[in-house]
Amino acid sequence: MKAEHVVQLELHVNGERRTAVARPADLLLDVLRESFGLTGAKPGCRNGDCGACTVLVDDRPMKSCLMLAVESAGQAVTTIEGLQDEAAQRAFVEQFAFQCGYCTPGFIMNIVALSRLEPQADEGTIQDWMQSNICRCTSYEEIGKAIHVVLGKR
Amino acid sequence: MPMIPYPFDYYQPATVGEAVALFVDLDARGKQPLYFSGGTEIITLGRINEVYTEAVIDVKRIPDCREIGRRSGAFVWGAALTLSEIHDARLFPLLGETGAGVADRTSRNKITLGGNVCGRFIYKEAVLPLLLTDSPLRIAGPGGERTAPIGQLFDRTLRLGRGELLVQAMTDVRYAAFPYVTDKRRKGSAIDYPLLTVAAIRAEEGIRLAFSGVCAFPFRSTEMELILNRREVPAEERIATAIARLPAPILNDIKGSALYREYVLKVTLGETLERLEKGVAIG
Ligand SMILES: Cc1cc2nc3c(=O)[nH]c(=O)nc-3n(C[C@H](O)[C@H](O)[C@H](O)COP(=O)(O)OP(=O)(O)OC[C@H]3O[C@@H](n4cnc5c(N)ncnc54)[C@H](O)[C@@H]3O)c2cc1C
Ligand code: FES
Ligand code: FES
Repeated sequence: MKAEHVVQLELHVNGERRTAVARPADLLLDVLRESFGLTGAKPGCRNGDCGACTVLVDDRPMKSCLMLAVESAGQAVTTIEGLQDEAAQRAFVEQFAFQCGYCTPGFIMNIVALSRLEPQADEGTIQDWMQSNICRCTSYEEIGKAIHVVLGKR
Repeated sequence: MPMIPYPFDYYQPATVGEAVALFVDLDARGKQPLYFSGGTEIITLGRINEVYTEAVIDVKRIPDCREIGRRSGAFVWGAALTLSEIHDARLFPLLGETGAGVADRTSRNKITLGGNVCGRFIYKEAVLPLLLTDSPLRIAGPGGERTAPIGQLFDRTLRLGRGELLVQAMTDVRYAAFPYVTDKRRKGSAIDYPLLTVAAIRAEEGIRLAFSGVCAFPFRSTEMELILNRREVPAEERIATAIARLPAPILNDIKGSALYREYVLKVTLGETLERLEKGVAIG
């Protein structure tokens, strides 16, 4: 690797300024996990298909395997580690909305964004957003219940 | 660490002129530069070595590429707008909803109009409304700027010269009032690539139709439109004649055999004609 291909990145993650030495070609997912030890964002498909790597970038859900770390400079990145006792976290526990738990951080980040950006979301919108995440253990029914609890639609 | 296996430099120009000048300079230095919009295609294909570059030029901070709104009777769509932004703006539902057929909501927070139109995937659903409305495209390149209707620029793919950047698409606002249908048929899960997509509007002269996933490229066919608009002929007959005039063989791949696609196309066309001939505006 040529030195010119490594840069110092300053990112804003979970309310803190963090610096990392990385290549512009490095994915946000890998920098979060390897440089910052924030392993909540999970590598699944690494192809944009599964949603396990979902984080918030300026409040929007984003698949961190589809984003270069350098692209997120100047934007606020939130990982599951940056959430504090969110309704979505409690709802997942109360509704038993996970089995192995690998997909859980991605689902929770997406639901947190949905509840903040579209608090009045109708069924169509909920479905449209949630199709971004896959649960290999098929906990969909319980996840659906958790979403409805969060959106106050129990 | 699994990642993009080769390094590249990252540039973030502030203007269209800067982006093009960077491209010319990097190209001259053998860096095989790529414009980088949503970046999802460059990242996912780069990871498996199907795209190679030594320099990406991110166009997302260029105001012209991010413009959205109305100007001189036209909607302006900056090429770096995400498909989610276009959908949520609700300016032109045909474009918003057809674009919302691409991938899934979270991915559409990253995938851009320009990337979808210029990318190498064959579906490019977001191009269909631009074809139906023959929207002019603004293109900037080493030779200067040009604007021309997409019908003159898009033939199976967008015909861009080396170093040319799609800056904006413009759509006459009157199209927002026309009845339309946009129908994406999938075979597998709800977020799969489409089996096929039919988008149509009823304009003054008749119904216009554009297709994705039928042949190996998206297209609008005026020849098929002439056939399908002969309302004195029974719909079934019009559809069979139109299908015989497809511009290329029907796709035959793991997503669906040509026979299956033809069947789905017949059904979708039948429903599209019925809905638009009745005059109902539906998405
Ligand atoms: C999970 C997932 C699901 C998908 N599902 C679908 C689907 O259902 N239908 C579909 O059509 N596609 C689908 N795709 C593919 C996706 O739409 C394409 O990869 C899309 O073109 C990428 O847009 P982007 O903005 O990320 O492009 P980028 O990766 O930024 O660019 C793609 C290509 O276009 C060039 N380019 C980008 N912008 C410009 C510009 N303004 N001017 C000139 N050249 C430019 C780039 O240099 C590059 O070669 C999917 C992708 C993912 C990750
Ligand atoms: S790892 Fe990012 S979507 Fe699967
Ligand atoms: S709980 Fe195992 S993948 Fe969802």
